[in-house]
Amino acid sequence: MSEINSNLFFLFKNMPLLLNATLTAILLTFASIFIGMAIGIIITFLRIYGSKITKKIVFAYEWVLKGTPPLIVIFIFYFGLGKYLNLGPFLSAALALGLRSSAYQAQIYRGAVLSITSEQTEAGLSLGLSRAKTFMIIIIPQALRLSLPGFTNEFTIVLKDTPLAYAVGLVEILKAGRDILNQPLTQSITGSDITGTLNPFAIFLVCALLYFLLFEVFSYLLHFLSKKYEIPGFVTDKETK
Amino acid sequence: MMFFSKLVTYIPSLLKGLGITLELTLLSAIIGFFAAIFLVVGVLYGNRFFKILCNFIITIIRGTPMMVQLFLIYFGLPGINIKLSPLTAAVIAFIINSSAYQAEYLKGGFMAISKEQIEAAYSIGLNKWDAIRLIVFPQAFRFAIPALSNEIVYLIQYTSVAYTIGLPELFYISKNFASKTYMNLEIYLFIGIIYLIFIYIITKLTDIVEKKLYIPGFDTSHLK
Amino acid sequence: MEENLLIIENIEKAFGSQKVLDGVSFKLNKGDVKVIVGPSGTGKSTLLRCINLLNPPDKGRIYLQNTEITQLPHSKIPSIRQKIGMVFQHFALFNHLSAIDNVALGLIKVKKMNKTDAYEKAMFELKRVGLDQHKDKYPAQLSGGQKQRVGIARALAMDPLLILFDEPTSALDPELIGEVLQVMQNLAKEGMTMICVTHEMGFAKSVANEVIFMEKGKIVEQGPPLKLFTEATHPRTREFLSKISELYGESEKK
Repeated sequence: MSEINSNLFFLFKNMPLLLNATLTAILLTFASIFIGMAIGIIITFLRIYGSKITKKIVFAYEWVLKGTPPLIVIFIFYFGLGKYLNLGPFLSAALALGLRSSAYQAQIYRGAVLSITSEQTEAGLSLGLSRAKTFMIIIIPQALRLSLPGFTNEFTIVLKDTPLAYAVGLVEILKAGRDILNQPLTQSITGSDITGTLNPFAIFLVCALLYFLLFEVFSYLLHFLSKKYEIPGFVTDKETK
Repeated sequence: MMFFSKLVTYIPSLLKGLGITLELTLLSAIIGFFAAIFLVVGVLYGNRFFKILCNFIITIIRGTPMMVQLFLIYFGLPGINIKLSPLTAAVIAFIINSSAYQAEYLKGGFMAISKEQIEAAYSIGLNKWDAIRLIVFPQAFRFAIPALSNEIVYLIQYTSVAYTIGLPELFYISKNFASKTYMNLEIYLFIGIIYLIFIYIITKLTDIVEKKLYIPGFDTSHLK
Repeated sequence: MEENLLIIENIEKAFGSQKVLDGVSFKLNKGDVKVIVGPSGTGKSTLLRCINLLNPPDKGRIYLQNTEITQLPHSKIPSIRQKIGMVFQHFALFNHLSAIDNVALGLIKVKKMNKTDAYEKAMFELKRVGLDQHKDKYPAQLSGGQKQRVGIARALAMDPLLILFDEPTSALDPELIGEVLQVMQNLAKEGMTMICVTHEMGFAKSVANEVIFMEKGKIVEQGPPLKLFTEATHPRTREFLSKISELYGESEKK
């Protein structure tokens, strides 16, 4: 039987594995983005309203996380802290990518917050809201919308970082690809008369295609959201370009 | 201080690894830059065919993870009988990857230049390519410096991914050290700091380049 | 054929379905100064951009020194453009080059002059527009009036057969208009051939030998400025010129 057929057969046979891996990649992206968002919002608040020292610490935090290779952060969580607490591959990767993303998300939110005039804060305070409440109720809803274009970009960056979790053995798409490749051929073809070798190029092309599909789908969805939640008359620079 | 006494014996290999990391970063940044110019000129000024082709390349590369591209080139290409060494595969993968991102940054710079600039160039008799080379590019490049500087910072971090194909760069050596000594936390924190130092140096260097090339009217501080 | 420097024959230009120029013809002799006026969106700027082939006309012919330039291959177009100077409404100085480099660039890169001669010539042209003191400043460091004078020097440096002025003063603050008009008047008196799209009627009266009134892509009326201002035959011309005089005449008196 032809080589193409055997490749198709293996892919078909491994469909559940690839689909599970795709789901893992999506979950990891969401988990990281969520962690990044939670911390990112806190940092944004501290960076804008904090004391001088707080601002400096937050600045250092952002600078360090933006500058450290994400692989190293993943390894610190997985291997470095492995002695003390066993986080497992998924959580280690989610925390590492999440922390890194928090620094980038903070930058995006800060840009958005700073483009909202101080009058908005004053109006909130004049209603008797506390500073933190004003931030949460008045500023954040506006800032979130304004930062959607930047957020879309960040989301896709995190998505494209998920294969890094391969390094700690998480079965995301790339790992699944390698696993399929490493399956003993005899086992793969039990019960069939298919012979031949797996073409690694075909397998990794499929991996690339899966990532590309995820990238396009999420870009499309987030762009759609950006358009939908655009505040009329409030256009950010990024959108006009 | 067990860690440092063990680290000392590793200094030569760490330095070698650092050399490979920097080599990979610089090669990808520089060759990727020239490839990016080709791509962006293709997208903005090429004929229909080149426009579509260059746009396609940029979209595909920016739409897939760096690591997948690296795997496709190192583990995948042998499937169609092209075998590359880890260094060659990494250099090719990073050049291709970086060129697409740099093209996107340059494109932003190019699009910030008004059409009148080209028309003025035409009006004194410059042809299309001279107008792009002498008038548009020098301005676009200045606008793109902050983004390009960021790209180098990305590159130096992401070259660590090349350890997965067995390239003995800085991260690969650290991983070796960790598996021999079990001092995971120490070595990764230490190497993280080394990366940060180099990123600091690169940022300072690109700041100097930017200052050197500064021209009144080209303020890019808002782009940082 | 007679010795006209430039002949425009029945040119038409459309952008999409909108016809911007609809059969425009005129002739220009050496030393002529023509002023084109008309409501905005009438195709005045498009006319200039047709002449130096930035937007080549769809139909009709243009002759420069009795050579048709509308049918040339792409590769020949730059050599035509260097003979036709252009001054832009928004200056269009090369933002990354100092004033003198703006002027010298064409000399070095197009005329292949050596650098010493090019900078000498550039300096001469900057002096001509009164900006030799500012030669090393970048566009961002110059006022609007100064920028436009550099723009004129840049066009002059190429020793063009004629210069096209596309509303050269309309983007300027009122107090800066005078210095640019002064330079243009001097050029006219030195015998430079010019086509100016402008609403500066004082300028038209003092140096133009013909004013062309355009509307909806057509020439409605043309003639010597005094004749057009005092005894225009077409009612639209009279109406427009009186409106313009109201707007611009005031500032000239001050």
